[in-house]
Amino acid sequence: MTDPLQELITATLLLLGGGLMLIAAIGIVRLPDLLTRMHATTKAGTLGAALTIAAVAVHFADAAVTARAVAIILFIVLTAPVAAHVIGRASYFACVSLWQGTVKDELREHYDPESHVLYSGLEERDEE
Amino acid sequence: MIPFAWNIVLATVWVVLTANLTLLNALFGFLLGYAALALVQSQLPGLHGYAQRVPRFIGFVLFYIWEMAKANARIAYDVVTPRCDIHPGVVGVPLEACSDGEITVLANLISLTPGTLSLDVSSDRRVLYIHAMYIEDEAAFHEEIKELERRVLKVMRP
Repeated sequence: MTDPLQELITATLLLLGGGLMLIAAIGIVRLPDLLTRMHATTKAGTLGAALTIAAVAVHFADAAVTARAVAIILFIVLTAPVAAHVIGRASYFACVSLWQGTVKDELREHYDPESHVLYSGLEERDEE
Repeated sequence: MIPFAWNIVLATVWVVLTANLTLLNALFGFLLGYAALALVQSQLPGLHGYAQRVPRFIGFVLFYIWEMAKANARIAYDVVTPRCDIHPGVVGVPLEACSDGEITVLANLISLTPGTLSLDVSSDRRVLYIHAMYIEDEAAFHEEIKELERRVLKVMRP
């Protein structure tokens, strides 16, 4: 059962996955504001979890386990970006301040907090 | 989506007929079904362009995994090294995608790529606002998003 190549692949995937999650955790501490922290946690976290589960699938090398691993990875990949988008959007519109090093912000000037309409900035072009 | 379901049905039939339930045999059945659908696609309007879309889809998945690995490596490098060389900002990118499905898929793929996070779509659905971590060169950033959008639309539109 314990084929050295299989063990090598399992170990590599586990180390990569664990390393990515560690980097995500360090990213939360080091990055300056909420939105940049979201970048570190959602993406590195997603890929880290996916790699760890892939390692489980390789280790057991069994159809039932592999099918479940694929399903888990699929659902993580489907749900993680939605959660990240919702948290990011909510924080932005709740006026959580951006880091002072932020280069530009094209959204704020296009948003009308009274009517909650978000303009695209292309309307004026149509009227001309 | 419906031609793909047909392909799965044909693969299942192949597995049942050969009475050999292994991943390799199912894959072979899928390939045979794909060849059969490619042969008849000019006759049936529901199947148009299916043979071209499958390789494009596989190409897109490979392209996306590569992009994701690259971006992840960049963020990991920035987080671990002491110098924090980031230029975050919110940028509006005009959309070519128009239906709800296309915008949803594109926005989720953008959110899943490290370094970019889709914040909101304008009320008239013509601009997607993205928070990005590296905006040294805005034109290059626009081009990157446009490239991803082109590839997504190529796969999603027949």
